[in-house]
Order: sequence, then C-alpha cells, then structure tokens
Amino acid sequence: MTEPKPPANAAASSGATKASPSAGTKPVASGGTSSRRFGWDRGALARRVTALPTPVKWLLIALFVVFLYALPLLEIPIISTPDTDFGAVLFTVASYVLVALGLNIVLGYAGLLDLGYVGFYAVGAYTVAVLGSFQAHLSWWMLIPLAVLFSTISGLLLGAPTLRVRGDYLAIVTLGFGEIIRLTALNTEWLGAAKGITQVPRPPSVEWFEIPHLQWDGFTAFIDLGDTTKFLFFGVADQAPYYWLALTVIFLVLGADRMLRRSRVGRSWEATREDEDAAELMGVPTFRFKLLAFACGAFIGGLSGALFASRQGFINPESFQLLLSILFVAAVVVGGAGNIYGVTLGAIVVGYLPERFRGFEEWRLLVFGVALILLANFRPQGLLPPRRAKRAIAADEQLEALEEGTARV
Amino acid sequence: MSDAPVVERPAAHEGSALLSLDDVSIRFGGLLALDGVSFDVRQGEIFSLIGPNGAGKTTCFNVMTGVYQPTSGLIRFDGEPLGDRKRFAITRLGIARTFQNIRLFGNMTALENVLVGADAHHRTGVVDALFRTPRHRREEREGEETARDVMRFLGLERRANELARNLSYGEQRRLEIARAMATRPRLLCLDEPAAGFNPAEKAQLMDLIRRIRDRGLTVLLIEHDMSLVMGVSDRVTVLEFGRKIAEGTPTEVRNDPAVIAAYLGTETAEEGES
Repeated sequence: MTEPKPPANAAASSGATKASPSAGTKPVASGGTSSRRFGWDRGALARRVTALPTPVKWLLIALFVVFLYALPLLEIPIISTPDTDFGAVLFTVASYVLVALGLNIVLGYAGLLDLGYVGFYAVGAYTVAVLGSFQAHLSWWMLIPLAVLFSTISGLLLGAPTLRVRGDYLAIVTLGFGEIIRLTALNTEWLGAAKGITQVPRPPSVEWFEIPHLQWDGFTAFIDLGDTTKFLFFGVADQAPYYWLALTVIFLVLGADRMLRRSRVGRSWEATREDEDAAELMGVPTFRFKLLAFACGAFIGGLSGALFASRQGFINPESFQLLLSILFVAAVVVGGAGNIYGVTLGAIVVGYLPERFRGFEEWRLLVFGVALILLANFRPQGLLPPRRAKRAIAADEQLEALEEGTARV
Repeated sequence: MSDAPVVERPAAHEGSALLSLDDVSIRFGGLLALDGVSFDVRQGEIFSLIGPNGAGKTTCFNVMTGVYQPTSGLIRFDGEPLGDRKRFAITRLGIARTFQNIRLFGNMTALENVLVGADAHHRTGVVDALFRTPRHRREEREGEETARDVMRFLGLERRANELARNLSYGEQRRLEIARAMATRPRLLCLDEPAAGFNPAEKAQLMDLIRRIRDRGLTVLLIEHDMSLVMGVSDRVTVLEFGRKIAEGTPTEVRNDPAVIAAYLGTETAEEGES
C-alpha cells in the first residue's frame, strides 16, 4: 500500500485521505496525554448514577428540572448576577444553549464548520420584528412558525449550493452568509436599516398568579412576598417568564435531538462526518443529509433568534455581528462538539460568565482568548468531550504505548 | 440464524453475467488508466482481478462503484447500464465494496458502522425519527437484525459496542466486510482484503470468502497475494497498464506467457509484499 503509484491511483487515494472539516471532532494525538492528566474521572460518577434504581433516577431528574425552572426565583447569592436582572441573564444563557444545540447538529454531528450561524439567528429575529410590528402586525403565535420556516428555508438556500464544497471553503462561504444577512438588514429601508425595528411583539401574557422570590440573609433564606414574578407576564422589568419559555423550548429541542441522534438520520450524519466518501459508498446520500443537518440547525437557530427578538422588543443589525457567530462556535467547541451536555456547558460558560463578571467587561475578550488557548492545549476535545472521542483518545494512547513498547524490544 | 441479507440465487441466473464491463476506458489527463477493459463477473462466482501495481485494479473498482465515470465504454449490472447513477444509488442497486486502506467510521461503534450499511435501503427521515413512526421502528429492528447477523457471520458479535478504531487490524478488515455485506449486496467487491495478513489469517480469509459466496453473494476480489487468489478464485482477469492481458481459471492464468512476463519480467518481489 505504500508503493509509488501512477496518477490514476494517486488521484483516488488523495480523494480518500481528505480531512474532516471539523476541528472539534478530530482527536488530536498530542492532546491525548494531557487530557488524561488534567481530566477528571467522569466514569465513576456516571456509573454510580446509572446504578441507582429507575424511580430514584427519575425523581432526581424531576428535581433537577424543577430546580432549573426555579432558578430565577431562588436568587442564590453566589450565582445570581449583582448588576443585572438574573432572569434576563438566565434568558441570555438559555438562548446561547439553544443556539449551541442547533449548531451542534451542524458542527458536532455532521461535522460542517458553519461560521455564519448568526445569519439564521438574524433571519428568525427579523421575521418576528418585521412581520410583527414594522410591516405587518401578525400575532406572536403566527410569527414563531413563520420565523422558523424562513430560517429553515434560508438554511436550505444556503446549503444547496455550498454543501458541495468541503472544509475550509464551507467555513468561508458560511462566514460570508452571516455578513450578507447583517449587511442586507443594515442597508434595506424595508428592514429598518441601521436604526433597527422597535415595538417587536412580546409573547402573549396571561396573569394567573404571582410567585414570590426568595431572599437570602447569609445562609438563611426566607420568602420575600414583596418581590414576586407574575405568572406568566412577559414584560420588560421581570424577565423570568422569558427564561421559562426558552427553557421549555430547550427541553423540546433536547428531546428532538435525542430522537434524531438515535436513528438513521443521526447515524448518517456521523458517518458523513467520519468519512464522507466511505459513507456515500455505503449507501448514504451524504449531500441530502448534510442539507438536512443545515436545515435542522437553521430551524433551531431561527427559533432562538425569534425568542431573542420577542424578549428584546428592539433589534438592529448591531445585534447580529460576526463576533456572535464566533462565540456560538466557541460555545460548541469549548463544551465538546457532538455531546449535548458538553455544548450546553459550553454555552453556559460563554453566555453566563461575562454576565456574572460584568465589572471586568473590558477584559472580557482577553480572558476569553487566554481561556481558549488553555483549553485548546489541555482539553482539545472540549470540556465534556463526546464519550466516544474520549474512548478514542484512550485507544490512541494504548496504541502509542504499544508501539513504543514494541519499538524498544 | 436469520437469513435476511442472503440474496436468493435463482437457478436461471446461475452462471449468467451479474456485472459486465464492455470496452471500458478511463483517462486522467494524459494517462489512460483503463484501456478498453472488458470482462464479465458471473452470478455466484469468485472472480479475481490481479495485476502489478498501477495496473488499474482499484480504478476498475472506482469505475464500477460510481466514484469515476468511465471516459468510454459501458458497465452493466444485472443487465442494466449503471449510467450516471450516484454512488449511494449504485450501492442500493447491489454493489458493495471494501477499501484498500481501511476506511471505517472510527468514532462510531462497530455495530453502528454496520448499521450505516444496513441503512442503505432504509427511508427513515426526520419526521419518522422524531415521531418514532412504525417505519422507523420497523427499519431499526430490521437493521439491527441484519447487522447482528452479519457480525455474527464475521465473528464480530462480541465487539459490537467497541469503537471501530479500537478494534484490532484484522477485526477492522472484517468489520469493513461486515459493513459492506449489511448493504445486502449481490456483488461484494473486496479491495486487497489480505493486505497485512499473516499466512494463518490469509487461510482464514480464504475460507471466509468461500463462505460469503456460499451465502449467495458474488465476490469480486482484488488481491496481490497469489496463493490466495489462486486458491480461492473461480476465474481470474489480469490487468497490466490498464489493459486486460489474460483471463481464465487460475491454472490457465498461471501458465499464460503474458502473465509470467508481466509478473516475473518486471516485479518478482510482488508476491511477498503488502
């Protein structure tokens, strides 16, 4: 197999050894050893949890879900943000999580590096804004499906011509797409141009009952009847209801993600990521599945953008900078592309930390850069790499050790 | 043992051409990689394609599986021209292959690799998967059965949940065959399946190839190892510089002066290599 070949076979094998476009899914051999040194043993905890009887597991999950919904009411001193409404921060984090879950399908599962994901986010947001206040006055319940529809269509329109190119080229084309969407919005009077769109419709409110918040005095908490959240009033001051809405959407998306992952669709995405040519030759219509991944990603991105616009009440092209796309990719890669818990954690890190430490805002990008460098060095697979990548790294290490062993003999 | 992936061999088709190449040429720039190659692979036989390095064997596979379009000539599968069918469509038609340099989906488990193959005939889409429709459930069940059966056949059932990349070299080679067989092919193309094998493993492989044929598959083999080719093949075609120089039973081919010249005259070390 190593003998020199004439051009005919060389052409075949050069096509064969093409690299996977996603850095996040490629185990880096040199990082393998360090990730073991600096990693923690997740296996032990996971084993202990899976060993629990099923009802206990369900109870724990239920408690955790209740805890997540209750977060904005608990006002826990250390994690609550001192400078901004905690509900608003939680919503921001939730929308990052949603975006990361969507991008994870494109980047983590199908291995397509999309640097213009903010474009879909913008299409979702602008659909709600333009059709909800600026040019028409559709009801919010109509706007959300329309926003998702338009972003999905834009995903298909972008994907159909560009998914024929691979790797770096795809990254550049998608990068361009994100900018085109922003610049179009910026330069089109019909879309509000630079001054943006105000009076974006909020989700319809009901005012059923009020829920009191907790108040903390040192380590004791008491119920503060003076500080309540109206269920479910989507206003400006108290943003907890938006967080509840986003959290609910996240759970729905998580469910859908799981269904897709454990089906022909998920397998085809992964096979395409691992080796596109081999997948095609095993009967996977890879182009169709890449397009599908793009559409699913755009669907979730558009949904997230629509929620963002209806929370914000006001949008302009400034909200959809290129930097946001980079942050989205960072959330996925930092957390661990391909692992939904990983990307969720990544999104929390990218979305929450800057809000918590607002005092250091000028240092934000610097700290972020340093953190990324450290991460790339010590955990190249992300904070919570997919179980498989981790096992694969272990296998590589074994192999390396074996090779070294035989070399010495 | 489930016989799901076994394709019934109708007696009427016995010995008729399953795959036929008719005057196939392919040109890469100035190089004529295949020059008017014609041969028939008959239903139910083990057919080998041999030749010195660069003779055009793998190119032949690539043309048959839709990786390249022939510059001229016609390829028929079961009487039907392949035309400009996409690669995945050709696989669905019933031609499956393995790769010279192993190309598994390394970060997927062995079982998942084989399931991808089994999915070749499945139609489950996003809606089916999201709502767990009867189609999804039926295809998952069928796929799993096919995969388990094929893996049992290849002695990989205990490795089902290992990552493909964690398997040993020999297991990876067999997993490639399993994945290809899961697509329920009628023609299985093996590209140098014995590369890197020791004599004992080669003997096992020979036995395996015969057992694959006994399951009703037609086998097309590219191989460097002469003892393996001569031991297992019903018929052999020899390529040199993209041209067919001989065809016949192993004995006929071995005694063909053109073949002897091609092998002994230029590359004596051929046999022991790779």
